[in-house]
Amino acid sequence: MGFLEGLWLLIWTVIKVMLIIVPLLLSVAYLTYAERKVIGAIQVRKGPNRVGYAGLLQPIADVFKLLTKEVLVPTNSHRFLFVIAPILSLAPAFAAWAVIPFSDTMVLADVNAGLLYVLALTSLGVYGVIIAGWASNSKYAFLGAMRSAAQIVAYEIAMGFALVGVVMVGGSLNLGDIVRAQEGNLFHWFWLPLFPLFIVYFISGVAETNRAPFDVAEGESEIVAGFHVDYSGMAFALFFLAEYANMIMIAALAVIMFLGGWLSPIPFIPDGIGWFFAKTGFMLLFFLWFRATFPRYRYDQIMRLGWKVFIPVTIVWLTVVAAAILLEIEPWFALRAA
Amino acid sequence: MDLKLLVFLVFSAVLIGAAIGVITTRNPVQAALFLVLAFFNSAIIWMLMEAEFLSITLVLVYVGAVMVLFLFVVMMLDINLLPQREGFTRYLPLGGLIVAAIVVQMIFLIRVRWFSAENYPVPDARAADYSNTEELGMAMYTDYIFQFEVAAVILLVAIIAAIALTMRRRPDTKYQRPSDQVLVQKEDRLRVVSMDSES
Repeated sequence: MGFLEGLWLLIWTVIKVMLIIVPLLLSVAYLTYAERKVIGAIQVRKGPNRVGYAGLLQPIADVFKLLTKEVLVPTNSHRFLFVIAPILSLAPAFAAWAVIPFSDTMVLADVNAGLLYVLALTSLGVYGVIIAGWASNSKYAFLGAMRSAAQIVAYEIAMGFALVGVVMVGGSLNLGDIVRAQEGNLFHWFWLPLFPLFIVYFISGVAETNRAPFDVAEGESEIVAGFHVDYSGMAFALFFLAEYANMIMIAALAVIMFLGGWLSPIPFIPDGIGWFFAKTGFMLLFFLWFRATFPRYRYDQIMRLGWKVFIPVTIVWLTVVAAAILLEIEPWFALRAA
Repeated sequence: MDLKLLVFLVFSAVLIGAAIGVITTRNPVQAALFLVLAFFNSAIIWMLMEAEFLSITLVLVYVGAVMVLFLFVVMMLDINLLPQREGFTRYLPLGGLIVAAIVVQMIFLIRVRWFSAENYPVPDARAADYSNTEELGMAMYTDYIFQFEVAAVILLVAIIAAIALTMRRRPDTKYQRPSDQVLVQKEDRLRVVSMDSES
């Protein structure tokens, strides 16, 4: 490869990265708007409705507010770790998007071990939380970090097991191939044969992103705001961005692995990227719905659900899946390995 | 210079720096974080050797799970490591002797010359669609299934032993039995009393 060719590849890759990151940031901004509107509707309120038509400019106003606020660094904090903690929580949330296939051909990096890569990167997000809690040198922040670390470790196991089921049925670690293995109609998608794993995966995803009803890491009635209590302005906004980017990530992964990605549910309408976005939006609605519906779990109940309910359920269902693959029950289970 | 070589040099330099940081820093949390950095950089070096499965698994298992638990424990300790370092010069001769013994053992047992560059030619690059995940899976679950299962059983024994060693029953702890809570009937909790009105 010549120098110019290499340079062109670099520029082209950066352009493609920008084509993913910029819409992602916009989605995060409007997800906060959607959240306030949806919760408003559920609680029979209007939600944001003053800035712009129907409050549509509210996220932009929020961004400006956060940008102009002062970033405070507490006196006895560990300065370096305090500053890099938000970056450490944001970077994996964005980097994981590299392997997400948006449609049959639209994927930044079509790597073989895509699913493993996503799992590895989502497991790194916890460092931002732990380091933030420790570096703040505050009891509330520290308690939040401890809670978050224990919770994420617990639910990651259930999540990983759920994904093992997907890999077994899909016969590949490549996210694009997993979607292609679901071709057919609505009932060929993996949500049906892997229904318990789908439920476990999605609830673990909610727990992993520290969203209500699993948001004990923030728990504003108990530990003020948890790990980000000492952060303000842009540093706080980065944590916020990471949380919402992770939510979209979990929803997109659920769509790819259980709901057929870009595949169309109706036979005569063609497949396409639109279906991917529509399904992701549908899954995101559940995050908002959960938040408006359920009271916060007590901490020991969270641990019980993760260790004593989800992990046994996934292990039992993995055995069922393995037996079904050996019996080659059509149309879902077949020996697909190379 | 080759780009791959440049990447290798940069990440190895960071790896060695991080490894030195682990043993020189005074703060245990910082040491653990340096170790995370070291793991991450070795994962990248494995990736350069086209071992993508092992590389990602290193990040997933060690960085994503083991080190999180490690940090979890280390952060809760409030220890000052300075008193432990006081005897450094006193124990230096003995330590040096042990290091020398280990180095001599390594030279004789592992034979440094077996690992010279001539014995390990640069392997041919694989095609882009080559999946070493599948190769590893085939090797582990067919050729080496017995060893693999023995290792799994040893791990299981270790897990059970760890739980058995640390579990202690505390009779005064109050806890709920969710199954009892679910199975509770109306009659267990509620008593309907019919009485005449007093007016």
